[in-house]
Amino acid sequence: MLNSDRVLGKGFRVLGHSIREQPRLFSIGVAGSVLFSVLIIAGAYIVGAIIGHVVVPAIDHRHVGVAALAGGAGVIFGVSAAKVLGLFGRRLGAGAMQFRLQATYRRRVTRRYLELPLAWHHRNATGTLLSNANADVEAAFYPIAPLPFAVGTVVMLFVAVASLFFTDWVLALVGVGVFLALLGMNIVYSRLISPRVSAAQRLRAEVSAVAHESFDGALVVKTMGREGDETQRFAAKAGELRDAMIRVGRIRGLFDPALDALPSFGTLTVLLVGAWRLRQGAITVADLVSVAFLFTVLAFPVRAIGWVLAELPRSAVGWERVQNVLTATGDMAYGEAELAADPKPATLRFENVDFAYAATVPGRGPSGTSEPAPSLGQPVLHGVTFEVPAGRTVALVGPTGSGKSTIASLAARLVDPTAGSVYLDGVDVSDLAHESLAATVALVPQVPFVFDDTVRGNITLDRPGVDDAGAWAALRVAQAESFVSALPQGLDTTVGERGTSLSGGQRQRLTLARALAGGPRLLILDDATSAVDPRVEAAILSSLRDGGAGASVLVVAYRRATIALADEVVYVEHGRVVAHGTHAELLATVPGYADLVTAYEKADAEREREKAYDEPPANSNNPSATNNKGIS
Amino acid sequence: MTTAVSQASTWSTLRRGLAMSPELRSGLAGTLVLAFFATAGRVAVPIAVQRGIDHGLLVQGGPDLGAIAGVVAVTALVLLVTMISAYLMNVRLYTVSETALAGIRTRTFRHIHDLSMLHQQSERRGSLVSRVTGDVDQMSQFLQWGGVILLVSLGQLTITTVVMATYSWQLTLVVYAAFAPVVFVIRHFQKRLTVAYGVVRAHVGTMLAAISESVVGAAVIRAYGVRRRTESRLDAAIEDNRRAQFTALRTSVTSFTAGEWASGLATAAVVVVGVLLGIGGHLTVGQLTAFLFLVTLFVQPVQIATEVLNEAQNAIAGWRRVLDVLDQAPDVADPGEAGLDLPPGPIDVRFSHVRFAYPGGPEVLSDVDLAIPAQIRVAVVGETGSGKTTFAKLLTRLMDPTSGQVLLSGVALTDVRFASLRRRVVMVPQDGFLFDASVADNVRFARPDISDEDLYLAFAELGLADWVDGLVEGLSTQVGERGEALSVGERQLVALARAYVADPDLLVLDEATSAVDPATEVRLQRTLDAVTRGRTTIAIAHRLSTAQAADEVLVVDRGRVVQRGPHDELVRDPESVYGRLYASWLEQTRAS
Repeated sequence: MLNSDRVLGKGFRVLGHSIREQPRLFSIGVAGSVLFSVLIIAGAYIVGAIIGHVVVPAIDHRHVGVAALAGGAGVIFGVSAAKVLGLFGRRLGAGAMQFRLQATYRRRVTRRYLELPLAWHHRNATGTLLSNANADVEAAFYPIAPLPFAVGTVVMLFVAVASLFFTDWVLALVGVGVFLALLGMNIVYSRLISPRVSAAQRLRAEVSAVAHESFDGALVVKTMGREGDETQRFAAKAGELRDAMIRVGRIRGLFDPALDALPSFGTLTVLLVGAWRLRQGAITVADLVSVAFLFTVLAFPVRAIGWVLAELPRSAVGWERVQNVLTATGDMAYGEAELAADPKPATLRFENVDFAYAATVPGRGPSGTSEPAPSLGQPVLHGVTFEVPAGRTVALVGPTGSGKSTIASLAARLVDPTAGSVYLDGVDVSDLAHESLAATVALVPQVPFVFDDTVRGNITLDRPGVDDAGAWAALRVAQAESFVSALPQGLDTTVGERGTSLSGGQRQRLTLARALAGGPRLLILDDATSAVDPRVEAAILSSLRDGGAGASVLVVAYRRATIALADEVVYVEHGRVVAHGTHAELLATVPGYADLVTAYEKADAEREREKAYDEPPANSNNPSATNNKGIS
Repeated sequence: MTTAVSQASTWSTLRRGLAMSPELRSGLAGTLVLAFFATAGRVAVPIAVQRGIDHGLLVQGGPDLGAIAGVVAVTALVLLVTMISAYLMNVRLYTVSETALAGIRTRTFRHIHDLSMLHQQSERRGSLVSRVTGDVDQMSQFLQWGGVILLVSLGQLTITTVVMATYSWQLTLVVYAAFAPVVFVIRHFQKRLTVAYGVVRAHVGTMLAAISESVVGAAVIRAYGVRRRTESRLDAAIEDNRRAQFTALRTSVTSFTAGEWASGLATAAVVVVGVLLGIGGHLTVGQLTAFLFLVTLFVQPVQIATEVLNEAQNAIAGWRRVLDVLDQAPDVADPGEAGLDLPPGPIDVRFSHVRFAYPGGPEVLSDVDLAIPAQIRVAVVGETGSGKTTFAKLLTRLMDPTSGQVLLSGVALTDVRFASLRRRVVMVPQDGFLFDASVADNVRFARPDISDEDLYLAFAELGLADWVDGLVEGLSTQVGERGEALSVGERQLVALARAYVADPDLLVLDEATSAVDPATEVRLQRTLDAVTRGRTTIAIAHRLSTAQAADEVLVVDRGRVVQRGPHDELVRDPESVYGRLYASWLEQTRAS
């Protein structure tokens, strides 16, 4: 961890940066604050002057002029009115500045999320990215809220000290002493408190991470009856957070009253020293009262400096995390090349493609501040070469964990190969413009993703040329027409996070429709019908075939019927293409492939054999068999 | 959400919130005594100024340094006592409130797990997390900072009023007259602020959802080239949030300035009336000066209280949201001590006229009445939406039937203690959720005391030893967030192993191998057959290979069990629901 000096320095740089970015709002805030502060000092002197020049003579002579009295009251009220103006300027200026900076940086961070490649996303936990755009941005600009107040206070302190010197140099020295003590105490305070606040902040993130994970896995927790253990795990973290917060509280609890009392001690000193100076004839009663009053009114604004200082370390950490995103490298640059837009199927070719996912850092906490090094992990693909000729359907088959989904991602250029190349119509996909690539290829992922939007929005994604008629046509092919028309508002029904919940199969069909609606020239289905019943899948596949989408298709599949639709099969095992050819060829020559696709037949045969040995069947004398008729 | 906010009143929320946290009451009397001392000290300085001026400065023959020194020394002592009291009070408040908050967090966490909303509305999990994080944090600021300040401010107001009244009751009335309108102004703005903060919260929710979508949906956004669209949605959400924040701030500042207006008015009026009283011989210069100091002491707490009340709206809203969750009775309650244990030995299942419908929805299961003997393997099949997953959820008591009863080994499920139920009955859901830990730790979740050797053995018994051996670091391999470092099929393998080591008497598999390749699935099926012999297994299946291997098949169609019997028997009628499902399955999986 950085030491507190450097953190404080960093925090000041964040402030400087913020001021340069919003100079106008900062000026409004400071102007308001200075106006307010100057009026506080002026107010003290005005009260002193009114007491000295109006009150004392009036009470002494038992007479007062109406003009003097009304004038005094008017001035006091006028000062308050001007203070209100200052307040508006200070607080609205500061707030506007803070909110604007937050919004600006949220935009920048989220822009960056959209620019950075998927490989970068894989290296960073979702929770971390969410807090970068939200909590970290917020923390970075937290000290902005009291900043104009603090700057105004500093100005006020200078004015106050100057005015003190103008009144009496001895009292001025008392003032300087008190202000220096206040400043010193604030610095000590922020140094003591900042590591404690950071620790609490870290624990807060951990509490949140435990809750997130536990709620995500609620079904497992419940079915395993582990609610008690999970509660203990959570309670332990919540307890650590409690202790950390109490440690923060001890420091805050000590310094708050001390900082409050310091100006009061100043006032007492002024009283003592002032009496001595009064006796010497160096000052008047009015001077003394003014100075004493000044100390009282200054006590509160001086705290503003402390607020800024106390927030600086948190701000520096937040800023650093935000900068990590903004300066992250490894952009996946898109090229300029465009593919012909005429509606004919595309050719996809893999040439000697290697791929390794970036190594994930084990045990990376949710509060990880530094970006994990993008070192390469275990390779998952080795020299993959195959082709999907224009207009053909190729099935990608392989055992669980053999690299099929990775090949699908590479084909849509969600990730880039570590070696080798992927070509679309003979053009290296890394040379293609993003628009051209997206218009050509559509990927339907294994786990469907539904946007928090209407059904229409989810299907059209506001892509040019996709209208309602196109959306309905796509829904029809994806066998989603009937359930969508049964939704309360049809295409206008909101689905996703805050809308109607859809079943897994419905989500899959919706994402399938999204892919079809764009009229892609290459369709990639990554086991995209796994949550759909065989009969529904059969209907989808025959529609795809009969509808003639005019697309080449790469389909990751286990089902024989899906494979049967393919012109060619590419068989992968452990990240290598073991064989390709027609289904019949592979069945005859590749034992691994044959085992995989005939698994069910083999199981049938096995069962038949067992039954032959194991007569009568185990369940023939089953008592439940007699219950059959009772059920309907 | 905004409309729900205004339902419970502020006071009832506070009252119920305090009742919910008995920790907050511990040592309250002592804290209040300390608060009294901490506040009382604040009036020491104005009194010192008054006494200093009247008895030390404006005395015959010039300032009396000795008298002044005496006043200063006494006041310094009072200030010291004040500081120490304030410190002790703060420490007590922090300790008590943090303890209370940790308690609320933990109780809410547990309560959320007891509610069914987590697995029924998986999409709303994010907002539930904020119940135990952000919402509780909002209370903490109020309880520690706002609460104390409010307390101290009220104390300061009271004490200042008393001291002011001893100097001059007439001037005290003047001050109160000047501040009276402030109460009404603040009340008016409080209402507007509640609305404004409600709007802010709604916009924050929308913004967070948009950000989360852009992160979680990264792959789809890239694949479909819809960056611009996502950007404009994000920009709109971020901008709306900023605007709402500023509107709330403007309201809050306007309400805050009421105190300043009143202060100006009060000070001016005190000078005028004070001078007139002084001329009448009712007031000395020192007393009037002290009174002016006292007015600033009166203004401060009013302004701070305004600020705190504004903040309090946030805290109350957070409290209310937590209470809303705690108020929901678990729809599936653990009978606890009063409950029964499942009788030892294999478990048989009986559904007695079971019906189920989600609140306000159509019936998902209609009059299911059947018995499943112990130690057999049953497959439940049916089309998507036929009600087969509901069947599994009722069986494992994730939900209770709308009417009818589910009995395990003759005991009504609602009477079975959760501790017994969860040990003996285990379900493997389709989405084999994994925790961000190693493969071993994930399996160990079901049986914390299992050794590494036994863990490996479990995988070996399931025929998955070669899969484990192929992992980079074997059982110590980290699976990543939600298991995302593994493929979907691999996650299912780990989830299955987890259920296997739990060693249940009734195993419920809900499409537990849907993403696994056929060869692995068949192999698992066979090993599962071997290892599950002697217990009751109920498998929800959409691959009919499972049905073929089962002793018996239950066919569910539109919420009813329409067929039942061994596979071989059921396929004999090609026109039946099962016959058609099977024909389609064959078409899908066999050589054409």
